[in-house]
Amino acid sequence: MSSPSHYDVAIIGAGMSGLAAGIRLAHFGRRVCILERHSKLGGLNSFYRLDGRKFDVGLHAMTNFVPEGVRGTPLGKLLRQLRIERGEFALCPQKQSRVVFGSTGKTELRFTNDFSVLEAEIAAKFPAQIDGFRRLADLVRSYGDRVFDVPQVSARQVVREYFSDPLLEDMMFCPLMYYGSARERDMDLSQFVIMFRALFLEGFARPLEGVRLVIRVLLEKYQAAGGECRMRCGVARIVEREGRAAALVLDGGAEITADHVISSIGAAETLALCDPMVGGGLAVASAPSGMGILPMSAALGQRHGQDARATIGRRLSFVESIRVLKHQPGELGWGSDTIVFFNDSDRFDYARPAQQVDLRSGVICLPNNFDFGGAELPEGWLRVTCLADYDQWIGLPEERYRADKLRWLDESTRSARRFLPEISDATLAAETIATDLFTPRTITRFTGHLEGAVYGAPGKTPDGRTHLKNLYLCGTDQGLLGIVGAMLSGISMANQHILQPEIRGA
Amino acid sequence: MTKDDCKKLVTEIIADIAPDEDLSNLKPDVRLRDQLQLDSMDFLDIVMELRKRHGIEVPEADYIQLASLESCAEYLTPKFNALEGKR
Repeated sequence: MSSPSHYDVAIIGAGMSGLAAGIRLAHFGRRVCILERHSKLGGLNSFYRLDGRKFDVGLHAMTNFVPEGVRGTPLGKLLRQLRIERGEFALCPQKQSRVVFGSTGKTELRFTNDFSVLEAEIAAKFPAQIDGFRRLADLVRSYGDRVFDVPQVSARQVVREYFSDPLLEDMMFCPLMYYGSARERDMDLSQFVIMFRALFLEGFARPLEGVRLVIRVLLEKYQAAGGECRMRCGVARIVEREGRAAALVLDGGAEITADHVISSIGAAETLALCDPMVGGGLAVASAPSGMGILPMSAALGQRHGQDARATIGRRLSFVESIRVLKHQPGELGWGSDTIVFFNDSDRFDYARPAQQVDLRSGVICLPNNFDFGGAELPEGWLRVTCLADYDQWIGLPEERYRADKLRWLDESTRSARRFLPEISDATLAAETIATDLFTPRTITRFTGHLEGAVYGAPGKTPDGRTHLKNLYLCGTDQGLLGIVGAMLSGISMANQHILQPEIRGA
Repeated sequence: MTKDDCKKLVTEIIADIAPDEDLSNLKPDVRLRDQLQLDSMDFLDIVMELRKRHGIEVPEADYIQLASLESCAEYLTPKFNALEGKR
């Protein structure tokens, strides 16, 4: 079985999770090949070039940041497992972030990488709720790394046992949902615990160079360990035989084989590659219990033409407007906020919008406002993310699509500016060097994710198992989100399904 | 190989797996888990590094033997010496 087209492990997709799984396996001597359809690495966290300028996609901030010396954290675990030295990611911490609610910014909670700042803000603005908030934080801490021990219940219901003010509840959920919820309106408690820790107990950071540096470090580790990466090489089909992924048919028609296959492209997206006539019935029988059954059965529902979305909720997508400025945002009077989560309505409605874009809430990112230790990004950047409806973007004729992009670029910027110190329209126009907007259509085009879903399917598959015994999932649909989560997902799936059983068998 | 040599090799492996840990005051008779932030994934790495670097196989049933540096030395030194003998 050692032909040039046979591997110990084939990994579909060169995003953060696929690369991390690849490093782990290559490091332990497995013959690994990562197959990436796109011409760039990174998947949902990637970059592109427009008019000679590099634009980051996905990454606003890396969550789970802790200062050097803090032990027992997801970041530390991932650095260890991938043999990456802390300095290699060159992470620079955020300055400060805010959650602002109300049409004129009436209630505001400031937070930094120091949890006591958020505690003090809540004590000052919601004095009746602070004890409950502290107890909620203790609950999150009590789970430590055992996130899969968290009961599968509604996070909203649990949070309501700790505080009664719906405004505070929404203000807590808004950042956590925007940075990692695949579910509309609510989160599973386990996802809430992961995200609360990632954003509030730990914090935000990024390298000066952005996501490209993270990708480069991962690729270097992978290649140094002997891993192979094929670009512009998508997988067209997974050939099933006797309950196993027997071969992968590539876009060009060539076939490769592997003892194990890890797919990072999503549960339904992976299932869609499998033989349609075989394995369908098996998937339900062998699907994992609990939440895990949702994505597999939902995907099967789609395959059989049923409307599975009614039972699992709809996939969420976003638009992001990007504006390049002549000066640093601070010099324009926008202050030192790194991230601002905003909402102008009575309740925060995290759901697929009825309109093309939902302007009521969103996320502002000013990537210049990380503490780069004296260095700075050469140009100013303003990024604004809002919820968007995939269906109202995908079918548009080209001309209309372009016009809508321009329209929502302006509208989303205008909406976001309500929550920043005022700058005149004339100043902003004179400052703007370049703009772009990416849409649900962009996301599906470059990542292959169904319906432009950034955080994957609403139901997750924590154990990564599929209906084929040598095919596993990692990445967004396995359930760990964010860049650190994605990498940990790749690591844990490689450990759990490939490395651990092999040493057990030794 | 002496037991002290063996402890040194194990410590070297831990230093590579957990570069953020201070290993200068490791107590040989105290469980590694109680002194360092090591989880089961890290023990997997120790087992794999033993195989990769030194050709030593540790079956899962014997993982418990790796609890402390002392017990590592107790368990691994004869394995190292048996390998030496074969070479």
